Amino acid sequence: MDKFTTLTGIAAPMPLVNIDTDMIIPKQFLKTIQRTGLGKNLFDEMRFDPDGREIPDFVLNQPAYRDAQILVAGDNFGCGSSREHAPWALADFGIRVVISTSFADIFYNNCFKNGMLPIVLPRDQVDHLMEDARKGANARIAIDLESQTVTSTDGQVFPFDLDPFKKHCLLNGLDDIGLTLEKVDRIDSFEAKAAEARPWV
Amino acid sequence: MPKTLYDKIWDAHLVHEDSDGTCLLYIDRHLVHEVTSPQAFEGLRLSGRKLRAPEKTIAVPDHNVPTTPDREQGIKNPESRIQVEALDRNAREFGVHYYPVNDIRQGIVHIVGPEQGWTLPGMTVVCGDSHTATHGAFGALAHGIGTSEVEHVLATQTLIQQKSKNMKVEITGSLPPGVTAKDITLSVIGATGTAGGTGYVIEYCGQAIEELSMEGRMTICNMAIEGGARAGLIAPDEKTFAYVKGRPHAPKGAQWDAALAWWKTLKSDEDAQWDKVLTLRAEDIAPVVTWGTSPEDVLPITASVPDPASFSGGKVDAARRALEYMGLEAGQKLTDIAIDTVFIGSCTNGRIEDLRAAAAILKGHKVKDGLRAMVVPGSGLVRAQAEEEGLAQIFLDAGFEWRLAGCSMCLAMNPDQLSPGERCAATSNRNFEGRQGRGGRTHLMSPAMAAAAAITGRLTDVREMMTQPA
Ligand code: SF4
Repeated sequence: MDKFTTLTGIAAPMPLVNIDTDMIIPKQFLKTIQRTGLGKNLFDEMRFDPDGREIPDFVLNQPAYRDAQILVAGDNFGCGSSREHAPWALADFGIRVVISTSFADIFYNNCFKNGMLPIVLPRDQVDHLMEDARKGANARIAIDLESQTVTSTDGQVFPFDLDPFKKHCLLNGLDDIGLTLEKVDRIDSFEAKAAEARPWV
Repeated sequence: MPKTLYDKIWDAHLVHEDSDGTCLLYIDRHLVHEVTSPQAFEGLRLSGRKLRAPEKTIAVPDHNVPTTPDREQGIKNPESRIQVEALDRNAREFGVHYYPVNDIRQGIVHIVGPEQGWTLPGMTVVCGDSHTATHGAFGALAHGIGTSEVEHVLATQTLIQQKSKNMKVEITGSLPPGVTAKDITLSVIGATGTAGGTGYVIEYCGQAIEELSMEGRMTICNMAIEGGARAGLIAPDEKTFAYVKGRPHAPKGAQWDAALAWWKTLKSDEDAQWDKVLTLRAEDIAPVVTWGTSPEDVLPITASVPDPASFSGGKVDAARRALEYMGLEAGQKLTDIAIDTVFIGSCTNGRIEDLRAAAAILKGHKVKDGLRAMVVPGSGLVRAQAEEEGLAQIFLDAGFEWRLAGCSMCLAMNPDQLSPGERCAATSNRNFEGRQGRGGRTHLMSPAMAAAAAITGRLTDVREMMTQPA
């Protein structure tokens, strides 16, 4: 997995609330058996008309935001299905960070498995960064994972909370499965005990 | 310390807790379908890892499969076929329990699990699908996971988790006639919003919940995720035990007695602490429908389409966008909204009781002229039972299509889709933009309400069509 340490980049504003996983990657693109190549279909139905032409108004179609690496989004981003295709599509497009007041639980967890950082901030700070993002390509927002801070274009520093384990894995690009398999003795002994306590399982 | 039901199941499955609170949780059942698993099996192969517990892993194709009888000749869409074939191959190669497309036990993964007795009280159950919450109806801790986590469970039979907070949703009193589990679960989401449960596991309780059948309880828990919760739970009781008993994979003999003794302890302690509580009176719940593009956009069928200006914050724009997408005007009566499609099915409402409720309304009636109406049973066994009970004939006589089991028009990954602008009365769980097909418009409701809409061709208060109390 890719490491994440710091990022300074263009942020695209998406103030809509409840942006769901069907919007992020509509189901017709879930038929792949690979993890890559989904970026071209990110936000497909908002980004392209039924004939496949770009919808000029959509934020990621505007010249200033084509290279955005950060999204500043409305409340409850990523609600809906468990599809990991949503973070895969965002990452494949080049988005590494999403900032919102809240995220849906499964989406939030899925991000970390793909080297992405979802950041939760209070409403006034998200509003402030949304204004920054609206300024276009010259407005760059800076994220530092080690110090857990977001720096706005006018130099204000907003600290954010993060689970230490998730932070550790992201900073070092660690694979969860490898880490868990180091505890295989514990899993073995749990299984042995559980087989006695609940033999019907 | 007093514990909630969630605390008890959690504690019974905790393998390890790190000093920073990161926990390793043991997983008793892992359900797998074709859409979210190919990359996970491929990951195992690439890293040369083994599947730790194939006997605890159950696979069934459901999302992509066509539901028309010609599917026995194979799946026409090449991408869908590749995904289903990948599942066939993975199931065989890794030796997991498998119900292929042409097995009568095939169906929607969340209907098949309980039906076959894989889902039992007190278990941890996961699946690469958000509606795994359904299994919480048995007092099992069940939730959706992403594909990386699917791979993690395949390799380790555990999941790295942080504990959620405890939320109690109590529904007091008894449901009035014509009001169903679907109306409860939608009304709860209407009250909390789609993020109201984020960070929580919800336990549903109260007289109205106790009075529900297992099918109704599954409908309730199925939509816990729509309220943002990690999982929904209902404490097991005699109804649960009666449902489970005798299922193919339920414990038998002495094991049954031992299991039952433990299951009976699975309830929240009287003085358990809740981080959040919501109480609704069953008497206050009406048959509801959704008007917008989020499951929280819920109103009683007697209401009118709301004015976006009546909301606050980001919801004002979201509601405006929703009305535009749905082709509705503020102030329009919900019962004046004409529909062109009816879909009865999905893991929310594709069980036998749902088909009975719809058939009870449809009996002796015809689907409105020009309307497309389909019933998609949740599993091959539900389908067979409905045929035996004569329900299939009622649907066919009314003018419904009688389909084979699968997810079908719940998410339109298969040939069953809405065309742009088409409006559907649906018993599924999501009314997101494009969920049932690009540009398609979805109104969520109960099976009885969908049946009533099929007859009149518009959203309808089912209570007006009931000759006797349901
Ligand atoms: S019926 Fe719908 S919600 Fe249920 S598993 Fe299938 S696609 Fe998902």
